[in-house]
Amino acid sequence: MNRISSFLFLFIFLYSFQMKAQKNEVKEEDSFYSQNLEEVIIIAHKTLAQQSEKPLGTLDNYLEKSSVMNLIKRGAYAWEPFINGMASERSVITIDGMRIYAACTDKMDPVTSYVEISNLSKANIHSAAAGSSAGATIAGGLDLIQRKTGFGPKDWNGSLMSGLEWNNMQKIFGGSMSYMQPNFYWDASATYRKAENYKAGGSEEILYSQFSKLNLASNIGYKLGAHQELSASLIFDNATDVGYPALPMDVALARAYIAAVNYTQHHLTEHIHHWETKVYYNDVKHVMDDTKRPIVPIRMDMPGWSRTAGFYSKMLGDWQQHNWMLNLSGHQNYSYAEMTMYANNPGEKDMFMLTWPGVQTNYLDLYGQDELQVSEAFKLNFNFGLALHNNIIQDTFGFQSLQIFYPELEKSNTRFLKRLSGNANYQLKDWIFNLGLSYGERAPSVSEAYGFYLFNSFDKYDYVGNPLLKNEKSTALNFSLAYGKERFFAKFNASYFYIFDYIIGIPNKDLVAMTIGGAGVRIYQSIPNAQLSNFSLDLTYQILPELLWTQKLSYRRGVGETVGNLPMIQPFSYNTDLSFTYHQYKANLNFLYQATQEKINLEFGEKPLPAYYLVNLNASRSFQFGKHTLLLNVGLENLLDRHYTTFADWNRIPRMGRNVFCNVVWQF
Amino acid sequence: MKLSKMCSSFAMILASLIFLFSCKPSPQPEPEVDELEGFKLAKVMNNANHNIEIYTRTGDFQVGYNEVYFQVKNLDGTKEKEVIATWNPLMNMTTMTHSCPSSAVTNKANASTTFGGYIIFQMPSNADEYWELNIDYKLDGALFSVKDRIEVKNVTHKNLQIFMGSDSTKYLLALTAPLQAKVGVNEIGALLYKVNSGMDFALVNNYTIKIDPRMPSMGNHSSPNNEDLKQGADMKYYGKLNLTMTGYWKINLMLENTTGAVLKGEAITPTNESSSIFFEIEI
Repeated sequence: MNRISSFLFLFIFLYSFQMKAQKNEVKEEDSFYSQNLEEVIIIAHKTLAQQSEKPLGTLDNYLEKSSVMNLIKRGAYAWEPFINGMASERSVITIDGMRIYAACTDKMDPVTSYVEISNLSKANIHSAAAGSSAGATIAGGLDLIQRKTGFGPKDWNGSLMSGLEWNNMQKIFGGSMSYMQPNFYWDASATYRKAENYKAGGSEEILYSQFSKLNLASNIGYKLGAHQELSASLIFDNATDVGYPALPMDVALARAYIAAVNYTQHHLTEHIHHWETKVYYNDVKHVMDDTKRPIVPIRMDMPGWSRTAGFYSKMLGDWQQHNWMLNLSGHQNYSYAEMTMYANNPGEKDMFMLTWPGVQTNYLDLYGQDELQVSEAFKLNFNFGLALHNNIIQDTFGFQSLQIFYPELEKSNTRFLKRLSGNANYQLKDWIFNLGLSYGERAPSVSEAYGFYLFNSFDKYDYVGNPLLKNEKSTALNFSLAYGKERFFAKFNASYFYIFDYIIGIPNKDLVAMTIGGAGVRIYQSIPNAQLSNFSLDLTYQILPELLWTQKLSYRRGVGETVGNLPMIQPFSYNTDLSFTYHQYKANLNFLYQATQEKINLEFGEKPLPAYYLVNLNASRSFQFGKHTLLLNVGLENLLDRHYTTFADWNRIPRMGRNVFCNVVWQF
Repeated sequence: MKLSKMCSSFAMILASLIFLFSCKPSPQPEPEVDELEGFKLAKVMNNANHNIEIYTRTGDFQVGYNEVYFQVKNLDGTKEKEVIATWNPLMNMTTMTHSCPSSAVTNKANASTTFGGYIIFQMPSNADEYWELNIDYKLDGALFSVKDRIEVKNVTHKNLQIFMGSDSTKYLLALTAPLQAKVGVNEIGALLYKVNSGMDFALVNNYTIKIDPRMPSMGNHSSPNNEDLKQGADMKYYGKLNLTMTGYWKINLMLENTTGAVLKGEAITPTNESSSIFFEIEI
């Protein structure tokens, strides 16, 4: 029994499935027989001993563990999360339910780049429209849950962290403080990272891959009554001198302020358990920089700004066999980005254009979800969402620029977005079957609708937005089958997306590139359909109480009518871990294999890739000194120093070669 | 006490009513329209009877297309309305004299005391060579004349092309619009003349002026959806010029006759970055 529960715990640690985050966590973790609308990546653990692999790894490292996600790399920093093989426009990424719009026209600052793992406790990932409480989506959603101290017996806690990664001499310093009492809590954390250029296998230095980042976060909570609480949170993230070796420009500054005030009430009536309302605001500034590059065709500045104000109010309750949730949310965003190019001919005036013409997005969303417990073993889940999406081009200069392409353009554009999803979950002895069907729609992103000559350095085309695009629509089918008995657990998952009016850039031969040396201009168009399939198989076997063997096989396939293979789709991958746990000692041996990538799209600049494999090792030990804990963690990544690049590497920049890391965490 | 309070409130109401009504606009004489809005004084010429005030957009005379308007003022400052005039610009070069294309002098649109049209100067004044403008006008049957030197300034951006066409005809092509180019869609205008002699210029009808705007500093970037210039009812040629950003634009030109034969100019190709005739715009 003990063995099984430890296996269960480890399983949950790696791939836990949760129905509702609001439920009592202990109860949930007791059973993995819950619905898999969501996949959860645990980032922060209650005890250090649970933190085995790389506690000071980046959030991107954590997200990469999910079989639903791929992370597209343009350098060592700020990887773009792809959910189910789809780019970030197709998913909704939130921080504690807050919508944030990136401020970079070239996807150099995904929302995930503005947080630190020290801010977060977990990441909830859901596929397609199932569980999409944050808004209209095609691929799914990622909600990063902030770590909060919570209420409890009066206590002070703190931690100090430091890490070093030898390959790029990344130095990590951090600390946190927290105070709790029965009706009040406060916490604060700070993390600083600074890295030099990394070296690919064979000691090839990858120029412009340095970065530095400071992240500060604080939470405060106050209990107004037995069942009412008020809380507030603030995140400040400031990255400077960030190199993007895969791109022609770097970043001088990427800065975000993320603030929220939250009011929660529990046990409102017999059938309403939880009512939570949040208002939030965030401000993102992103400044691209080419001053570090010795040779460029033309010097330029490309700053971008994004501001979002929003709210949500959600209510949870039950009714007979039903567990329901309603969420009303809305936000307003303003995205503005400009480009100034300095002519090499000194007498000439600067060349200025708006790459995002001051686009205001107004968004209002109603989401509902119901879980019906038909019987002990049979559960049904339905959810729906209705959204009103409106864009207004606020800047006259930008509006007039777009009129070149669209003479009949109107400043305001309103769309209705619908989503619907159903899921059935049936448990038969040691088997769990899960079948889900969903329909979702999305509006084109700011770049897809209004972008003006946005250069894609992979295919070398300038992209021009298309405000007349139809909504993208998707039907998704998800099937999973899990089997668990004693020391063995297996789960097969398959999902299939049939996307109508798939938005993709199509070359227009009549247009002349703006970027010097550019291949041409692509205009975003809707192709009739695209299809994506995702398969994964997870196998876990507890060989000995101390020894756990996990394996993960995954494969994706994406094709679009008229364009053939969709770009940046993951080939077959195999990942296996052998984890050893003995008292305070932990060790992990990891082997990763990725097959050749031949399902490429030449038009998008992709080239075939050879297969590769990697070996990683890490070990940790925790020391207990009374109330204090010290965790020491060392690891060796890419042990064989392979020089390799993957489907997820922009412009096929090689990845990091052999790396030794050491993390120390002191908790008091 | 009560009564006085009532009286005072009544008085206040009355006062505000009077105020309200007095604010109502009462019929007033039409305010004098500024017939020269957007123009600046460039030159004053005079004779014994009148001061002739000459206005242009910039307050200067420039190489290329100039909108030129004048008012005939009596010595007491009153403006004459019934003016019939002709003008003749003349360049006095060291070895020869020549004129330049100009419109007939007409009443300015929506104006009663302003007269003029346009003059297209081919070259700037310099130390040894000068332009002279002569205006002859008739008032109530009497003939008057003014004549003075004017300084024609050079421009930094090419707005005029004089060239020999493949039909062995000399042409003059002048950019007339946009006055102030913007990023976005601009109406582009031009005037096309046949140069028969230094004193004889004839408007050319029904040709096509093809445009290809380029940014040499941006690897010869071009904009989409431009429209070639075709002749409008006012004899000028009009088209659509799209500029995607600020900076220096070279508007490469090709002149086609009524049958579509290219008389001058070359298409832009990867090996040919510029046409032999072009305008320049910098915003």
